[in-house]
Amino acid sequence: MKIWTRLLGVAMTAAMLAAGPALASDIKTVKLGTEGAFPPWNSTNADGTLEGFEIDLGKILCERMKVECEWVVQDWKGIIPALNAGKFDAIMSGMSATAKRAEVIDFSIPYGSTGQTFGVLEDSDLAKLPLNGDVFPLASKPEEAKKAIEEIKPLLKGKIIGVQSSAIAERFLQENLADVAEIREYGKTQEHDLDLMSGRVDAIMASTAYISTAMKDPANKGMILAGPRFQGGILGKGSSLGLRKGSDELKAMFDEAIASARDDGTIKELSMKWFGFDVTVY
Amino acid sequence: MDIQFFWESLITLIPGIPLTLLLAFLSTFLGAFLALLLATMRLSGIRPLGWFAQGYLFVFRGSPLLVQLFLIYYGLSQFPAVRHSFAWTFLRDPYWCAIIALTLNTAAYASEVIRGGLLSVPHGQVEAARASGMSGFMLFRRIVFPLAIRQALPAYGTELILMVKATSLASIITIMEITGLAAKLVSETYRVIEVFIVAGAIYLAINFILTRIVMALEYRLTPHLREPRILTALALENESAGEIS
Repeated sequence: MKIWTRLLGVAMTAAMLAAGPALASDIKTVKLGTEGAFPPWNSTNADGTLEGFEIDLGKILCERMKVECEWVVQDWKGIIPALNAGKFDAIMSGMSATAKRAEVIDFSIPYGSTGQTFGVLEDSDLAKLPLNGDVFPLASKPEEAKKAIEEIKPLLKGKIIGVQSSAIAERFLQENLADVAEIREYGKTQEHDLDLMSGRVDAIMASTAYISTAMKDPANKGMILAGPRFQGGILGKGSSLGLRKGSDELKAMFDEAIASARDDGTIKELSMKWFGFDVTVY
Repeated sequence: MDIQFFWESLITLIPGIPLTLLLAFLSTFLGAFLALLLATMRLSGIRPLGWFAQGYLFVFRGSPLLVQLFLIYYGLSQFPAVRHSFAWTFLRDPYWCAIIALTLNTAAYASEVIRGGLLSVPHGQVEAARASGMSGFMLFRRIVFPLAIRQALPAYGTELILMVKATSLASIITIMEITGLAAKLVSETYRVIEVFIVAGAIYLAINFILTRIVMALEYRLTPHLREPRILTALALENESAGEIS
């Protein structure tokens, strides 16, 4: 009996030493779900192919995990149910790891974070929102963040703010600004952009990365970043891969691959290419 | 089976009912006038008017309501001329965009229903009315319209039900009616089946009540199809007499 246990132990150690992450051997292919409409994280080209920070990073992670990866495009609203229904194995779609989402799915360690801010038209009175570009972490500096919110409230009084429904920015708005402004919810971020441009909403709230990309689109001429940037707390730890509960093996593989891409500067390099600033979560 | 969650979903969705009903009724009401106008145009015998009505029908019956909603809401707002015009007071508001799209849509379908009703009025009735000295609007109000409505009512009842269901599309232009609230609840709880079962049940309940109302109205409008009360009473008497013997 004892000799068997010992033999098993030796065999396991040997296997680990030989194959690195021994677990990797089990999983050969991974299907990644993405919205394909959330640049610069992920977006769809005119010819139907996907591109973006996550598409590049996902490819690198899969190479390091030694698995074949396949992308599946899925509407944002149904992306978590689709993961749980088994349509794909992981969500890589600019999804922040919030506590609420963590009740139904697991998350890898974060691979990027940009914070949430406002987008307005340059000729509107909201263009003068105070604290433009300053970063306020909700979790580590709650007092300062609260003060910042109070400071922008007077200008937002009676205004309509567009936000993607059930995105983290929506929760932030409902909790902090719903008493002064009307929150209007959209299925897709592109839809609130259209309504910002037409003047149906006075401001939008989305990730800094999203707005800074959207405003480069000729259709959104006149859109600018405004007001403070919030991150952490209810806004999540940053974008992570969403995984079905119990996919511990896959999570371990992704965590290791993300950590290696973070440590050797791959994430920074990709983020400079797609965002123009470093989104690495250190 | 999580009864508690079903209950919570119901409580969340109930505030959407007034908005759903408002969208359905206001647009059906406004649409009815437009439909009557379109039907009259087609039956007027004046060719350009008939062509216009047919063209309208072709466009609004032939294209999906979802596409019409998108075009009216996101499409029109692309033009600065529209944004600077008087129409923008309405088009700026998602509720009015939904009402406009639903009204234009239902008018197309309802105009055919009304046209069918108008065509079904027996010529003899019109002749008799003319013989009694009625003409023009009085003829229409007293004879043609009541008869046409009676014929058109079953089909119009269906249109009303379709409209209640069509309001669910308004959720895509940020309107938080029943389906809008349901979609939001799903994205918060990720429980698709329970939430949409509750939403479906609410629509069923609304349409159940609606069909009863239409049935009651039909009953009222068709006294000639009912057995005279005296005969019914006699029949009952005979029946009970039969039971005794």
